[in-house]
Amino acid sequence: MKILAMSLAFLTLLASGPTARAADGDAGRGEEIYQRCVACHALAQNRVGPRHCGLFGRKAGTVKGYQYSAAMKKYAVTWDDAALDHFIENPLKVVPGTKMGYAGIKDPQERADLIAYLKKATSDPKTCD
Amino acid sequence: MSDNDLNPRRSFLSGFGKFTLSASAIALLAGNEKLALVSEASAQTANNDVTILNSALGAEQQAIAAYQLGAESGLLQKPVLDLAVQFQGHHKQHADVLAKAVAKLGGKPVTPLKDYSFPKDKLKAQADVLAFAASLEKGAVSAYLGAVPILTDRELAKAAASILGDEAMHWAILRQALGQNPVPDAFMS
Repeated sequence: MKILAMSLAFLTLLASGPTARAADGDAGRGEEIYQRCVACHALAQNRVGPRHCGLFGRKAGTVKGYQYSAAMKKYAVTWDDAALDHFIENPLKVVPGTKMGYAGIKDPQERADLIAYLKKATSDPKTCD
Repeated sequence: MSDNDLNPRRSFLSGFGKFTLSASAIALLAGNEKLALVSEASAQTANNDVTILNSALGAEQQAIAAYQLGAESGLLQKPVLDLAVQFQGHHKQHADVLAKAVAKLGGKPVTPLKDYSFPKDKLKAQADVLAFAASLEKGAVSAYLGAVPILTDRELAKAAASILGDEAMHWAILRQALGQNPVPDAFMS
């Protein structure tokens, strides 16, 4: 019983991490926040930054046809809620040498909202063929 | 007030070049390891400034290409066409200054993409072109807002803020032309 209680406590702790926060994000609000990104990014096309379609589950630095920095090619993560939350908060600190010269989004709720939108938009077959 | 205060472009170009990437090597050769460490930190901050400026330069080059597409689309009527060409001219000036700044810091300015894959099939009327341009201008405002606080060189930050103001005016005028509230919020994000 004690082990079960400890396991539940551990699972609760896990659920309170970045992944759970992203799950609480508001995709509608995230769409507004995404407007901050469009000077460099688009969902379906590589522009100044790489395309976002297919982002979740993709290894960092692997979009076909996009010229990444050496630092991003070496960044050994697969994009998920937690990895995005970490990177978007401070790109230049998380991946020194990245081409993404942006201060980052410091508000955890805004990051969660943005991630919720990205999760929805980057898997939309109407946008991402 | 100095002459540079009156000439943001000149000020932008004169405020850096303080850090050189060979400074740490010189200090190491002179046997001063502490100085070398400081110089390496300075070089890293200069590198960050180069990264930030190159991101901004990439966005400016994209805006130039977008306005070119709009101008050649045949969808823009005067005086909107004249306005688009004027805004494109501003972006060219921004790009020119940013490229020179990157080079002066010892970096390599990014070059325009051969193809931005703009959504040409969705641009069927003047309003579509204006809305597309407005989205890029809003994105540019956010990009500069994300650059200003992390640029190490304060003269660079000042110049980036100056460009931010110009992009915000473009965005407001495009919204006005679209019949939208030109200044919907008290703060930009």
